[in-house]
Formats: sequence, C-alpha cells, structure tokens
Amino acid sequence: MKSLVTVLGVAALASVPLWADAYLLHVLVVTGIFMVAAISLNLLLGYAGQLSLGHVAFFGIGAYASALVSLGFDISFFTLKPKPVWMAMLAGIAAAGLCGWFIGRLSFKVRGAYFVIVSISFAEVVRLVAVNWVELTQGPMALNNIPPLTLGSLTLWKKPENYWLVLAVAVVSFILVKRLVGSKAGRAMIALRENEPLAASVGVDVTRTLVLATIVSAAMAGAAGALYAHYVRIVDPDVFLFIYTVTMVIMVVTGGKGTLAGPVVGGLIFGLLPEGLRALAIKPETQWIVYGVLMVLVVYFLPAGIVPALKRRVRWIS
Amino acid sequence: MDQLLQHFLNALMLGGTYALLGIGLTLIFGIMRVVNFTHGELYAFGAYMMYALVMLSGANFFVALALAVVLGALLGAALEFVLLRRLRGADIDTTMLVMIGAWIALQNAEQLAWTGVAKSIDNPFPAAPLVIGAVSVGWNRLFVFAVALVLIGMTYLVIQKTKLGKAMRATFQDRDTAALMGIQIGHIHTVTFALGSALAAAAGALLGPVFVAYPSMGDLAAAKAFAIVILGGLGSIPGATIGGFILALAEELGAGYVSSGYRDAMGFLLIIAILVFKPTGLFAQKERIG
Repeated sequence: MKSLVTVLGVAALASVPLWADAYLLHVLVVTGIFMVAAISLNLLLGYAGQLSLGHVAFFGIGAYASALVSLGFDISFFTLKPKPVWMAMLAGIAAAGLCGWFIGRLSFKVRGAYFVIVSISFAEVVRLVAVNWVELTQGPMALNNIPPLTLGSLTLWKKPENYWLVLAVAVVSFILVKRLVGSKAGRAMIALRENEPLAASVGVDVTRTLVLATIVSAAMAGAAGALYAHYVRIVDPDVFLFIYTVTMVIMVVTGGKGTLAGPVVGGLIFGLLPEGLRALAIKPETQWIVYGVLMVLVVYFLPAGIVPALKRRVRWIS
Repeated sequence: MDQLLQHFLNALMLGGTYALLGIGLTLIFGIMRVVNFTHGELYAFGAYMMYALVMLSGANFFVALALAVVLGALLGAALEFVLLRRLRGADIDTTMLVMIGAWIALQNAEQLAWTGVAKSIDNPFPAAPLVIGAVSVGWNRLFVFAVALVLIGMTYLVIQKTKLGKAMRATFQDRDTAALMGIQIGHIHTVTFALGSALAAAAGALLGPVFVAYPSMGDLAAAKAFAIVILGGLGSIPGATIGGFILALAEELGAGYVSSGYRDAMGFLLIIAILVFKPTGLFAQKERIG
C-alpha cells in the first residue's frame, strides 16, 4: 500500500513537464535542488541531532568545484584542462564530502554548540575565499558559461530534462538516507541523538559516527550544489549567503526533522511559498520576516514539524 | 617596527569593543545555555539608535550613547520575555532555532526600517588624530576604547560584587540548586539577557560612528563574537575579554601583513587553531570533551 502510494506519487511528479509551463518548471527544478540539500541537512540535524548552520558552504563548494572542473582553470601552480561534466559533478561531491570530513573532525572533538559555530564561520570563510581568490573563482565576476550535463548523446539544455534529472537525484537521495538511517550506522546516529552517554556505553564510537554523518550529508549537499551550477550555469559568491542555510533549516524543521518525508514536504512548501508571496507583491524583506516569525511559531506550536502532526491526525481519524 | 607598533595600538583600540561583544554573548550562553543569534542584531540596533538620535533627532552624542545602551537592554529584556521565557528547560537546539528565527526577522525589519543604504553618524571629536611619536590614534577611537574599558569594568563589578551578580554566578554553576536556594531563575535570565544585549548595543553604538551603520553589520559582529567566545571558552568572562583583544590583534596583523581581503577570516583560523590545540578554549570551565 505504502509503496504503491510512493510509486504513484513519483509517477505523478515525473509527469509534470508534460503539462507545466516553463516558469513553473523552473521553480520546481530549483525547489528540487534545495529539497536535496534539505534532505542532506535532515540527516545531520534530524537523525544525528547536529545543527549545521554552514550547510550552504557544502552546497557552494559542490557548485564551485563542479563548475571549475568542467570549465578547467589555470592558476599559478596548477592547470586543469576542462573535464566532462559528469566527472566534474563527482569532483564537486567529493570536494564537499572532504570538507565535511574536515569540519566534522575538527568540531566533534568537543560537544555542545561548537559544531554550529564552526560550521557557520566555515561558510563565511569559504565565501571570503570565493570573493578574494579571483585567479581561481573570478571573484564577484562569477563563473560564467558553465556547460550543462551531457549523458551519452543527450545534453541537458532544456528544462524538462533538468527537471527529470533533479527528480532522479532527489529520489536517490531520499532512498540513500532511508537506507542509511535503517542501517547500523544510522541506528547509532539516532541512539546518539537520544542519549549520548548511553549510546557510548554500548559501544557506539561517538566521534566516528558523527563525522560519518557529516561526510555523507556534506557530499549530498555538494551534489545539490553541482546540480545547481550546471542548471543555472553561473556561480558567484552569493551561493554562500547565510540566508540559503536558513532556507534549508526552515524546510527541515517545518516539515519535520528526523522524518524521511519532512524535508520533502518542507522543501515543497518553502520552494513554492516565495512565488506565492511574490504574486502578492510582497517585498523580499517582508518575506524573510515571515520566514523568521514562522520558524519561531513552528518551534512553539508544531515542535515536531508538519509530517509527524499529520501522521498523528491520520492515525486519530482511522 | 613603527608599523608593528601602530598595528598593536589599533588592535588595542578595537579589542575593547570586541571584548564587550564577547562578554555579552558568553554571559548569555553561560547562564542561560542559549546560543544567542540575535546578538549581532542588538549590535546593529545600537548603531541605528545612534543614527536615529544623533542624526535624526539632533540629540547630544553622549546622551544618545547612554540612551542607545538603555534601549538595547530593554529590547533584550523584551526578547527574553517574549521568546525565551516559556522555553526555559528546553534543549539547546530548540532555543537555537527560535533565536535564528528572531535574528532573520530582526535583520530584515532593520532593512525595511532604515533601507539598505549605509548611514554615517557624526561624532563630536576633533578629526586630527593624537600623534604619539611615530604612531597615531584617532580621538574617537580613544573614546571608544575608554568607554569599552569602563563598561567591562562595570560588568565585572556587577558580577563579582553585587548580590545580583552572586545570584547570576550561582545560576551559572548549578541552575537547579540555585533555584532551590530561592533565586528567581526567571528574573536572573531576563536580567542576564538584558545585560548581554546592552553590551552588544553599546559595542554597536560605539563603533557605529567610527564606521557606518548598515543592515547586515550584525552578521559580521556576531561571527566575531562567536569566535571570541570559542577562543576564551564558552561561558568564561575573562576568556571573552582576552579573546576580544586576541582576535583584534590577529585581524590587524592579518590585514596588515597577509591580505586585507581575508581580515574577517582570521577569527575562523583562530577557532581552528584553538580546536586543534586546546578544544575547550583558553579559559575553559567545564565543557565536556567527547
């Protein structure tokens, strides 16, 4: 029953390009990319219980690394010839995962608020590097003309193809997190979130488990960034803006952290909401104020998020 | 050599304000266990109050400064009362999310109220700097440093010498036992948050006229405050004081000898160094190590 609903849902989503106009499709592609980022954040925040406030750094590193490898670059001590896009995307994922390992190793030496603060300042430093290392990143001039992905003889120039690609990546990310959470490592993460001393006492390697969660989460965010770079085809230091991290956090928290469907539901809501607010001619500042207030209200009145609340309602009715 | 001396002097002047920011943040964390993401917005609030009072209402500079600090304390008390009062005892992640929401809302409200254009604020000090031998320092910088030192001293006195301070220290050490001894924890939390916010607003009101006021100025201030607090050890006031001066020095030397573009990256490099070599900070109290 449940798997039937899932299959039907995915089939319905896959049929969208057949009837949607180009603008809606564009909004959905960007929403899907952020949904993948939110799914990756949920692994850390929802299952391992660690808030990454620099998640946009992994996203941006994935975007920049993938763009640079596909364009090639020439700096004083190293020259890289342009590589095929699929190879570039893998490089983006690897670069983001490596940074996740570094940040995890560094900050999980100490518990508490350290990971939050280290991750947020890491994102700021990466942004400074993107602005200042002009030789590599073109700084504020941005990386332009990033090639789209080529699969066999098909190059993904059009929106429907990109939509299907993003949908496929989102489904793969979802399944990956589902499998990981059900595995031994995933159960260790949840045990840590619930009671760290107890988990440690039954033999969970605390630091190792948290670092693993950070690597997987960062690599997945990097994949979202790589998708973004080859879809929008321009990357500038603004991909590192803190406001994107906030968007991911609010998607996860509103949808329901620590639930598989949470970031999907939250991602859809906060991917489409700005378009609705724009239609009402609301200024971007007001939109962000609404986001901020909403975040506070969700924590007060729906602390577990929308998905668990809905589940309870459904159970109550049946 | 003269250049190095000048860098040290600049760092000393700037460090006082950094210490104010760090002390406010570390107090709130130590006593309330709240990672205060609105700290930077209180800093921006202080600067904008100076703009409103000095430039729009024509108030006296020094009166405006005092008023800005008081208004910062009131805003802090209001934030604590509205947002945090009912979350007492909630885990650190929950309060963190609420504070992030408040941060985003406050910053964009500032942008709506004052527009994105940077505002400069006049100050009554002579423009010609004070020259001592080969180094020089602006009178406004000197004033900022002096006021910062006075405020730091006052904070120490309040915490070490008054009954209120004793209650704050007791809450810091053990909240439950302090409550059993008849300390009104809710009251202490409001006062702590107001005090921390007043210090952040003071830093903003002092530095606003030195630089300019703009809506996202708080982000950088908050990032620096976090670096300072990690440097000194979360919850340590002497640590935050010295951390403020260390960060200012690292930034001055980094901007002077490495690259001015990476000035604001120095805080992160210090955090990395401290986490690698002494994870609990220079003045650690009792944060657990895993």
